[in-house]
Amino acid sequence: MATKNLQTSVLALLRGNARISVQELAERLDTTTAKIATIIKKLEAEKKILGYTAITSADETADEIRAIIEVQVQPERDAGFDNIAQRIAKFDEVATLYLVSGSHDLHLEVVGHSLQDVARFVSRRLSSQPGVKSCATLFLLKKYKESGIVLDQEEGDARLKVTP
Amino acid sequence: MRVSKSPHKTAAPRPRVAPHIAALPKSGIRDFFELVNAMEDVISLGIGEPDFVTPWKIREATIYSLQRGFTHYTSNLGDPKLRLAVCKYFARRFGGSYDPKTECIITVGVSEGLDIAARAVISPGDEVLYHEPCYVSYAPTVRMAHGVPIAVVTHAEHDFVLQVEDLEKAVTSKTKVLMLNYPNNPTGAGMTAEDKQKIAEFAVKHDLLVFSDEIYDELSYIPRSPSIATLPGMRDRTIVFNGFSKAFAMTGYRIGYAVGPHDLIDAMMKVHQYSMLCAPGPSQFGAIEALTNADGERETMHDEYEQRRNVIVKRFNGLGLHCFKPRGAFYVFPDIRSTGMTSMAFATSLLKEQRVAVIPGTAFGECGEGFVRCSYATSMADIETAMERIGKFLRKRGLP
Repeated sequence: MATKNLQTSVLALLRGNARISVQELAERLDTTTAKIATIIKKLEAEKKILGYTAITSADETADEIRAIIEVQVQPERDAGFDNIAQRIAKFDEVATLYLVSGSHDLHLEVVGHSLQDVARFVSRRLSSQPGVKSCATLFLLKKYKESGIVLDQEEGDARLKVTP
Repeated sequence: MRVSKSPHKTAAPRPRVAPHIAALPKSGIRDFFELVNAMEDVISLGIGEPDFVTPWKIREATIYSLQRGFTHYTSNLGDPKLRLAVCKYFARRFGGSYDPKTECIITVGVSEGLDIAARAVISPGDEVLYHEPCYVSYAPTVRMAHGVPIAVVTHAEHDFVLQVEDLEKAVTSKTKVLMLNYPNNPTGAGMTAEDKQKIAEFAVKHDLLVFSDEIYDELSYIPRSPSIATLPGMRDRTIVFNGFSKAFAMTGYRIGYAVGPHDLIDAMMKVHQYSMLCAPGPSQFGAIEALTNADGERETMHDEYEQRRNVIVKRFNGLGLHCFKPRGAFYVFPDIRSTGMTSMAFATSLLKEQRVAVIPGTAFGECGEGFVRCSYATSMADIETAMERIGKFLRKRGLP
């Protein structure tokens, strides 16, 4: 018996391969394409699926610079971190944004075309936001793993061609 | 005065190989392997082991055990921590309760487990019932223990589930052991709780010992039911064999275990201590990690196999080769009789013409004639390509 329900299985498969066809999903999960299409529509409508994207390896050669920014903020009396987080999230430069536990409060991944681009965003836009107390910028140097995929995986099929 | 004559001058030369070993057939897969191995670009559906590499946390735990210098003999029965982990895992996943100190032994895979169990309980002439088609080692294991293997045929119309009526025809006063392997290699057959109940009643009725090889149980695609050893009257007569190769993709680790009543495990331990001494230490440490910390990885692999099964079954039936939906393991056993070819001719022609390797059903017993074993422990992309090639192969012959 499958260890997951149908909706969870569809999500898991799409996370692994966003280009998988409705037909293949139906065949793998032994159901109809109509059922799969309904599930996907529902997941999209409920914003459980936010989009479909390519997982790329090419960050350091592409014309973009990524940095993690650790931000300490002063929470507001009624809204906590939400108002300031939502304000920061609206910047196009911010690719992902989390509220985290630990030494800082907001954890951002910021994308720019150059070091100066990112530095400018942090110094002019981010640190000047009301409530922001400090920013630590960590430029990403090399990617080893992305979305569960290890880059430069050297493991091939080492099995014998026929075994009992 | 007695004159001694040299026996070497008159007697026939003594055979160098023991007759019962000389009489063993070589595994039918062997010849096929040689054929496949000599070819390039073959997509192999002939591999009886997971295509996944052992989950990293298990490999890492193994490496760490080496770093800490755990490179010595362990207890003959196996490291106590591993036996404890095995018994806890068994209770959690298969429903039976065993004492890690006296009712559990760590073996070098299920194959060694079956071998030492056979040598521990079989006396010359004892008959052992086993079902065919089956894994290639069963009959030889019995013969090497000087027992008499008696094959009980399972049938396509029962989706290869062993039937009590067929067992009743084969059982005699000399029958001592019944060997079971469900989920099954090569057919993918599996037993429901009801199927197990019937077999258990048969074993109790005839007072048989039962060797239950449950290596594929974690790869079940029907609601899992407790091990046959947990059914009434069964605990004291059943040795359950299981291991890490299939559920945790650890074939090369060569590590497995057996649980059963103390007297039988103790007897197996004697054979084990004088032949194997103990299972490899590093493998035992990897196995602890598998049992205690790798449920997620196991489930991910299980689900992937189940999905591939769904696809490959649909493809075979779509091509007109009837294929029942396996209840477990990672094999399908399509019926190729409609092609008019023997299993060997089918497999050989398919390999030569389309570069797809499948195993002739006859490698798993004569009653496998008319079927081939296809493993879906290979990527979905390779399965799709293989199935397209099999389609071409059939169309060239005007089939279906």
